[in-house]
Amino acid sequence: MIRRVGERALLVETGSLAASHRLDARLRLLADVEEIVPGPETVLVVGGRADRLIPLIEQLDHSPLHDPDGEPVEIPVVYDGADLPDVAALAGISVDEVIARHTASEFVAGWLGFAPGFAYLVGLDPTLHVSRLDRPRTAVPAGSVAIAGAYSAVYPAASPGGWRLLGRTTLPVWDVTSDSPALLRPGTRVRMVAT
Amino acid sequence: MTPAVEVVAPGPYATVQDFGRRGYAHLGVPRSGAADLPSLRLANRLVGNAEDAAAIELTFGGAVLRFRRGAWVALAGAPAPASGGGMWAPFWMSPGATLSVGMPYEGLRTYVAIRGGVCVPPVLGSMSTDSLSGLGPPPLTAGTVLALGEPMSAIHADVAPQRPISAEPTVQVVRGPRDDWFTDDGFATLCAGAYRVSQDSNRVGARLAGTALRRARTGELPSEGMVAGAVQVPPDGQPIVFLADHPPTGGYPVIGVVTVADLPKVAQLRPGDLLRFRPARP
Repeated sequence: MIRRVGERALLVETGSLAASHRLDARLRLLADVEEIVPGPETVLVVGGRADRLIPLIEQLDHSPLHDPDGEPVEIPVVYDGADLPDVAALAGISVDEVIARHTASEFVAGWLGFAPGFAYLVGLDPTLHVSRLDRPRTAVPAGSVAIAGAYSAVYPAASPGGWRLLGRTTLPVWDVTSDSPALLRPGTRVRMVAT
Repeated sequence: MTPAVEVVAPGPYATVQDFGRRGYAHLGVPRSGAADLPSLRLANRLVGNAEDAAAIELTFGGAVLRFRRGAWVALAGAPAPASGGGMWAPFWMSPGATLSVGMPYEGLRTYVAIRGGVCVPPVLGSMSTDSLSGLGPPPLTAGTVLALGEPMSAIHADVAPQRPISAEPTVQVVRGPRDDWFTDDGFATLCAGAYRVSQDSNRVGARLAGTALRRARTGELPSEGMVAGAVQVPPDGQPIVFLADHPPTGGYPVIGVVTVADLPKVAQLRPGDLLRFRPARP
């Protein structure tokens, strides 16, 4: 289903993140539009002419993209996060097991939001699905590696945050001086590597 | 690009704005840019700049600028008293002269375009201050010195009179995309009564208070892309109209989207003003 969003945008219901990534990739090659914003079950397309875009979108292959191309981005992580013991207790496993399950998770950057360069990484081991902090921190350092709910993330810049901190990385995931400022884009495969 | 304009006082809130950051929404970057784009365009045209040149967006006026070099200046948007100049017409500021912009007679945001355009280091292709993400230069403070770029053309316009800004506008809204998340009378309710603009409105959005819009379904909407003009409805039922610095994705359903032509009217509303919606003509 394709929904109209005001006069200048369309919201395509894809039904799955994998289908969103496939449509995002195809549209980026084909369509001259202002913005293409994939979400867990939708793709927003801003700009362009709806009367041309709707037939184009309808004829594209919407089957899910199960194996995104390319080698995973490896993120070196020092697992010394302040919330490791609490996460272990919530999950009912040891700290070592938390680290083992985090590094074994096959992540894909689902979509970005909350802050520039902040990628919601899907694929977190279900044992590690824990709630956010009751009280968010007022300051989380850039490079913090964290989890909340079904997601993991790397904080691209210092910000307030309510996710539970497992560790930190020195790998920059966000660089505004680059033409391609985000290391983790929708569809990017990601692995955490303990260092 | 020599230092040319010193901010003696920024007023309540002043930023550098151009057309914003295009093409980065999927990386979590808000569009940003002038809240009232037509007024930025007009101010720039009046001084012979490209329409998308960076200018100063004042909020509730109150700014004092000292010109170290002589420069042509034009004001558009919320009409305000200005020492040494007036609205919607280019005027000359001599070297050493000071421009004081008072509180607007009506509306909220006044644009100060200077011939050559304000120049700050661009971030992701834009000089705009993004109040949500922090990208771009910080808001202007006393002592900030701004450089100017090169003019694009000669000045051809002399005056461009504008219609008054309404404190009780009715704006057109296109239904959807998530109107089916609300009760059958949801969109009619949005278009029936007046909504008052609340104090915590800003460049991210105009927060409204009025008849609550009731949901027809429970649960959470998966995060999805958002546009400027989206009327997003949090669980308390009080709508928010997204403006320039809106988050690129959001998880609350959007019952309708204000038309491109009418969104600048929302950007000019002050806290306490009344806003009405009506269905956009198809």
